Amino acid sequence: MNNIIVKVGLASCGVAAGAKEVYAALEQYLEDNPRPVILKKTACIGMCFEEPIVEFEGSELGSIHIGKANPETITYILEDYIAGKTPAENIILAEKISGKHNALLANQQRIVLRNCGIIDPECIEDYEAGDGYKALQKALQMERTAIIEEIKKSGLRGRGGAGFPTGLKWQFCASENSDKKYIICNADEGDPGAFMDRSTLEGDPHSVIEGMIIGAYAIGANEGYIYCRAEYPMALEHLKTAISAAEEKGYLGKNILGSSFSFDLHIKEGAGAFVCGEETALMQSIEGKRGMPTLRPPYPAVKGLWGKPTNINNVETWANIPWIIMHGAQEFRKYGTEKSPGTKVFALAGKIAGSGLIEVPMGIPLKDIIYKVGGGMKTSKPFKAVQMGGPSGGCIPAEKLDTIVDYDSITATGAIMGSGGMVVMDSGTCMVDVARFFLNFTQNESCGKCTFCRIGTKRMLEILTRITEGKGELQDIEKLEELAVNIIKGSLCGLGQTAPNPVLTTLRYFKDEYLAHIVDKHCPAGVCNALITYKINPEKCIGCTLCARKCPVSCISGQVKQVHTIDQSKCTKCGTCFQVCKFDAVTKE
Amino acid sequence: MKNTYPELDKILAKFQDKKGALIPLLQEVQKEKGYLSRETMQYLADKMKIPPAEIFGVATFYSMFRLKPQGKHLIRVCKGTACHVSNADGIKKAVMDALQLSEEENTTADMQFTVMEVACLGCCSLAPVIMIDSKTYGKLVPEAIPAVLKQYEIEDTL
Repeated sequence: MNNIIVKVGLASCGVAAGAKEVYAALEQYLEDNPRPVILKKTACIGMCFEEPIVEFEGSELGSIHIGKANPETITYILEDYIAGKTPAENIILAEKISGKHNALLANQQRIVLRNCGIIDPECIEDYEAGDGYKALQKALQMERTAIIEEIKKSGLRGRGGAGFPTGLKWQFCASENSDKKYIICNADEGDPGAFMDRSTLEGDPHSVIEGMIIGAYAIGANEGYIYCRAEYPMALEHLKTAISAAEEKGYLGKNILGSSFSFDLHIKEGAGAFVCGEETALMQSIEGKRGMPTLRPPYPAVKGLWGKPTNINNVETWANIPWIIMHGAQEFRKYGTEKSPGTKVFALAGKIAGSGLIEVPMGIPLKDIIYKVGGGMKTSKPFKAVQMGGPSGGCIPAEKLDTIVDYDSITATGAIMGSGGMVVMDSGTCMVDVARFFLNFTQNESCGKCTFCRIGTKRMLEILTRITEGKGELQDIEKLEELAVNIIKGSLCGLGQTAPNPVLTTLRYFKDEYLAHIVDKHCPAGVCNALITYKINPEKCIGCTLCARKCPVSCISGQVKQVHTIDQSKCTKCGTCFQVCKFDAVTKE
Repeated sequence: MKNTYPELDKILAKFQDKKGALIPLLQEVQKEKGYLSRETMQYLADKMKIPPAEIFGVATFYSMFRLKPQGKHLIRVCKGTACHVSNADGIKKAVMDALQLSEEENTTADMQFTVMEVACLGCCSLAPVIMIDSKTYGKLVPEAIPAVLKQYEIEDTL
């Protein structure tokens, strides 16, 4: 009988949900009860909402993924599986039988995430077993220009958000004449609500490293940096392990695989500054300075890190490279659209049932992502908007859900493709509050170099705050629009140039909500505290006294079994009564 | 007599002659000392023969560097988009209330807890999330906060 393999998903999302305890329970059980089982670690398969996830494979039942695993029952499931019995627990994915979420995965196409949640990211042999580092071997036999040609033919565009053609970028840097060139992987994933790069680095660091080695060879660089957020301790750890394993195997270092090509790769930890995701700021930060963007041109391809020609791509772009070299540009172009070939990884979050990581072919309509891949809405509240592109992006409303996912179509909505964060919002989300949230973020993160970004975002934030507090005036909308135009024009880098986008898109699609705040002093979503009144519905209140007892300012009065009332002059709008009422008698208006 | 800090000298020696080492150096110094005091920064500047303003400039630019001592436990309240739409403000308020901190303070008087807001912890599927030291707590409701914090208080009295 073949060995049964049990894999526990131990990425950040799994660990936060208790996967370590599940792993420990299995480890202890197998120590006490020897079974023909190999216990392995893997990372995130993308279904974060079902974590901790455990996969069983190797029996005639085929592969089975169990969701929401817990240390108490996982050993029973193991015994069932060994005995050839289908476990009665939460089967989320299954090869031969029906799994709860089989359909969600079937609508995906995995190139970047090809190994995530399947291999042990800390084991280079696992990566090698799935054609790992074969693309590098192939590339080393190719002419450098042929590699760049192949990437150009593939039509791969920068997955960091702006969508610049990768092959062209490489060519610019390759054609520079210099004794020293650098390549950089931008893993400073700072968009709130985005975790694609974290998952990729945690789950398959070698794919990024292999992509970088191929890129360095094609461009003629012999030193590289991975600039990763310090907020991602596991990604950093897996990268360090992966780099030293690759060095040991001769994929990194001097005379790679016996060729004349040498390449060293270093990790640089970020120190918490969103603007460092901008390429010129990132290079300043690697040099040990304040991460403030510099004027372009000169572009990094000409004068980058320490004044030398430098090529920067983001994590997902690099992870695509080995696949393209291995399978060819033509195969890559089978997915996606003419102008945006390939796939895109998205991080689904917010009010969506299937929050987690997905990879879909470009060209898929947004509504399919939300309903067919993301499993629809989390609660019965209806869909309102999807936020794409983080603080640089915008909110796409329900009537635009037919929009297909490619760089140009998303840009036409006023949002941007961005790096892949998708936060789904329902009717309980206030769009003015969302705009204020993003402006607060960009205002905090503005490096302060450009006046319009530094002060303009501050003024926009003040206006938005005023509106959410019920002190808005009609001309505020005009002021916001005027400021937006000037900030876009007057800022040096992408942070400022895109900072007004969340305001502009919400004004475009949800102007009525702004007007409700300004004219009617009413927040339709019931979010903005100053504009809410809590009331007790006399028809539903049974006089249980719970709200009166819980109210921190004692502003609710009423006798037992009689309708209670809220003294509006004392109410601090903390919402406690609304939360504790078991009879839905407290209403928010 | 001039102050000497052998522990800082050790870190300085490690980064000597490495290009672009200021940020990793400060990260390591902070790990050693808990925070970057004026005195520490002045000392490093003297030793590295660079203006103290250069160090101060870097230390104030990046959110990770702390110029004040912090509590024993660091509570990071995630304010990412997914957490924001899942009531991160309510979670923050519950944390502050439980620790009896006013809006202007971020460290408790007994130096047990420091509270900070972070942009995104990347655990959006578990929103709203807080991280205490290196442990993540997800799918929180404000009422759950006192019990979570209590664990640390009990642990500390043991």
